[in-house]
Amino acid sequence: MSVAGNSTAGEQENKVVSDVVIRFAGDSGDGMQLTGNNFTDATAVYGNDLATFPDYPAEIRAPAGATFGVSAFQIYFGSEDVSTAGDHLDVLVAMNPAALITNLKDLVIGGLIIADSDAFTDKNLARAGYKSNPLEDGSLDAFKLLAIGITKQVIAVVKPYGLSHKFAVRCKNMWTLGLTMWLFDRSRDEAIAGLRKKFAGKPEIAEANIEALNAGHTYGETAELPSGVDVYKVPAADVAPGVYRNITGTEALAFGLIAGSQLADLPLVFASYPITPASGVLHTLSMQKHFDVVTFQAEDEIAAICAAVGASFAGSLGVTSSSGPGISLKGEAISLACAAELPMVIINTQRGGPSTGLPTKTEQSDLNQALYGRHADTMLPVIAASTSIDCFEVAIEASRIATQFTTPVLILSDGYLSNASQPWRVPDVNDFEPFPVKFETNPEGFSPANRDPETLARVWAKPGTSGLEHRIGGIEKSFDTGDISYDSDNHQKMTDLRSEKIDGIAKYIPEQEVAIGNNSGKLAVVGWGSTYGALFQAVKRSRDAGLDVSQIHVRYLWPLPSNLEQLLSSFDSLLVPEMNTGQFASLIRSSFLIDAQKLNKVSGQPFKISEIEEAIKAQMESVK
Amino acid sequence: MSASEQKIAVKDLVSDQEVRWCPGCGDYAILKTVQKVMPELGVPRENMVFVSGIGCSSRFPYYMNTYGFHTIHGRAASVATGVKLANPKLDVWVVTGDGDALSIGGNHTLHVLRRNVDLQLLLFNNEIYGLTKGQYSPTSKVGTKSPSTPDGSLDMPLRPCTFAIGAGARFVARSIDTEAKHLASVLVRAHDHVGASFVEIYQNCTVFNDGIFDHIKDKKSAAETRLVLEHGKPLVFGKENEKGLRLNPIALKLEVVDLGEGGASEGDLVVHDETNKVLGQMLAELKSPEFPVPIGVLYCSPTSPYHTVVYEQRETVRESKEAADLNALLRDGHTWEV
Repeated sequence: MSVAGNSTAGEQENKVVSDVVIRFAGDSGDGMQLTGNNFTDATAVYGNDLATFPDYPAEIRAPAGATFGVSAFQIYFGSEDVSTAGDHLDVLVAMNPAALITNLKDLVIGGLIIADSDAFTDKNLARAGYKSNPLEDGSLDAFKLLAIGITKQVIAVVKPYGLSHKFAVRCKNMWTLGLTMWLFDRSRDEAIAGLRKKFAGKPEIAEANIEALNAGHTYGETAELPSGVDVYKVPAADVAPGVYRNITGTEALAFGLIAGSQLADLPLVFASYPITPASGVLHTLSMQKHFDVVTFQAEDEIAAICAAVGASFAGSLGVTSSSGPGISLKGEAISLACAAELPMVIINTQRGGPSTGLPTKTEQSDLNQALYGRHADTMLPVIAASTSIDCFEVAIEASRIATQFTTPVLILSDGYLSNASQPWRVPDVNDFEPFPVKFETNPEGFSPANRDPETLARVWAKPGTSGLEHRIGGIEKSFDTGDISYDSDNHQKMTDLRSEKIDGIAKYIPEQEVAIGNNSGKLAVVGWGSTYGALFQAVKRSRDAGLDVSQIHVRYLWPLPSNLEQLLSSFDSLLVPEMNTGQFASLIRSSFLIDAQKLNKVSGQPFKISEIEEAIKAQMESVK
Repeated sequence: MSASEQKIAVKDLVSDQEVRWCPGCGDYAILKTVQKVMPELGVPRENMVFVSGIGCSSRFPYYMNTYGFHTIHGRAASVATGVKLANPKLDVWVVTGDGDALSIGGNHTLHVLRRNVDLQLLLFNNEIYGLTKGQYSPTSKVGTKSPSTPDGSLDMPLRPCTFAIGAGARFVARSIDTEAKHLASVLVRAHDHVGASFVEIYQNCTVFNDGIFDHIKDKKSAAETRLVLEHGKPLVFGKENEKGLRLNPIALKLEVVDLGEGGASEGDLVVHDETNKVLGQMLAELKSPEFPVPIGVLYCSPTSPYHTVVYEQRETVRESKEAADLNALLRDGHTWEV
């Protein structure tokens, strides 16, 4: 939290700060995600820029009070450009001892803890591993502590609504929300409207939650709070005018696919199999049937991609979506789509691995799989989304490249992007350049081997077109006729052609630009994917501190932008931070023979800005 | 007159590709019958799509001058599902084998049948792996000696029609590669059935499993070893129709009885009812030499095909919503203006 100034209002001091990080943490059944989302909406309306980081366990309902069952929602908001969910917490809301013990390490010294003292029972303390009650033993003296018996307060407040004890206790998240809204001067209107909508069929539950929300707010206004706990003012951010909404990467991907299929003038067939954290795209698109969209939940990952391949063969834009383990299963069918040269989009929402790994945590470790994870020489375009918002444009780009070059295109997103939300200045879809597909209809001179001499895209003739009946398949095809061919020279020619086609896409993608900084200099921080925000802030702060460092963030991971080699060569040194063991750094080295220093983190958590800043400082010193 | 309005001749369906099955392979006979039947179905050639997986049978699409997709091992049913979902007007045929459909692709066969995707799935059953040179398959009899089972296979074979009925197929039939007339009639029935039509075709592999269906195919013994199913007709067989199948209500199974003096009368026999799933299951289980092998339509009880329910549901949703407008969708829900 950066303090920008003080103003005194009555007995309480209103502090003006430029940015704040809050984390709501509790049991996975405590409703922390809902609390966080409500606070996010109120913050967006207030006009702050923001970024969020929902972090929840793989277990749907872990045993109450267990440390592995802690669910957290973090929001970073401020009056300036916010591009990550923040490093260190200014405020930690801990609904039980497990939430406190697992999150306290991230709280800044002097930060505020709001704790439900009713949940700090002997049983819960023991479960979390506390020998004594931290709310009472002085171990939290370095922080501001607001220990309130929230559960008891809530039960008393909602009593008139006649809820069972279980439902009454569940209102405590709204009470806590009310208190934090008071603390940061947020409006409760949206949350109240949201509760009435969510519990439309159960008005007593809606009203009880609203009562709890208001009671939490009133508590802040009226209780004698310890010194240093104040109402904070975070001025609105200066953002471009327009219509805004909050959007997660999942929604942005789904909407981007609809936009992409519309721009390609194709129906969308989305075939998928549930897997965390990718399922949201299937859920979101399943609600958009009024568009030219068919969704299909297949029996497994293989069937999902095969149905998408079949749909593309039949003239739709076939799309499938999964996470790393599912993409492994799809590998053979991706190669079929490469061999048959059919357009399709494959989305990998990456998670921690290998194997089941960390299903709900984020990682960037499927880059090598995306680039190389198939049998034989089957390169395909790979593009990565860098922010939740960016998922929208990336989905459109994938649709464009797939249909213009008749190739499968792989999108890399990750668990962080899929769940995190950002305020989005909603674009007008009419501003995007359409790329309508022209199916072949003319039988004259038709061969399934015909291709565009410029792009090398294979002709796309869909079943149902009279006179163009033809066969395609996975067996090697004659360059001239498209018929089966086992000829050795022909296989060489076709292999060369397939890679030439993919490499040639570099001519049809934008040149790489510098995100912040200069086109040359001492150090470039080179990244891809969801690390964008942390890298941007770290480079910005380092530049503010006078360091000659620039940021290059790559969306097109294959083929790489045509000017990337020249651009990277213009820096004395490269630092490549990744949430894997150095896969992109290896790609840079092998593609360009340029040295690139690795900075790797695979803890299931995103990079902190400070971690990048330290690495920048260290590398600047070593290249002096 | 557009191409689609012209009557298709058999020769129109023959592609320019040289057929590359072993001499004497049952696939030739099946190909010929399919090419003969297709013009009778009233489907424009451009709407015919043949999808296959991997195996000898899966070369089939290359020889049909229609749209065709030779895909990957076991996955033809899934690719075909995508084809049909994308364009329900297409007349989709899946050509597969016992390894392709029941081993590596067993899961997809199960689901394409239970979903009732409107397509014809022709399973060429030769009880062996041909293309990989003769290993035993999931339909091989116990004891089959093959390169991977030199001392005889040990695992129980799967009965394709039993599997299909168990998976929820609404049309299950069986025929024989070289019985052109019977096969043609079964293919027409399979096509007429709207939904997933499962057809097991006994197919002889001359190289790796030659002659395993001879007892059913041999003209001399066929009358004794086959039971030709006809809806509404009693289950009789034998040269003089002197034998039949009767239900033993205590044992809950079919039994062979002799008709005529001292034996049973025709009134005692089970009358074939295609819509009776339990009867279909019993028929699917009958095997030589204790029983004649049923050929024809074992079970047919249509219900809505998958694409119909998918598109009907979409229509219902559309009626309840405003016209699709992406700009409106992006601005749906909570927005604010700066």
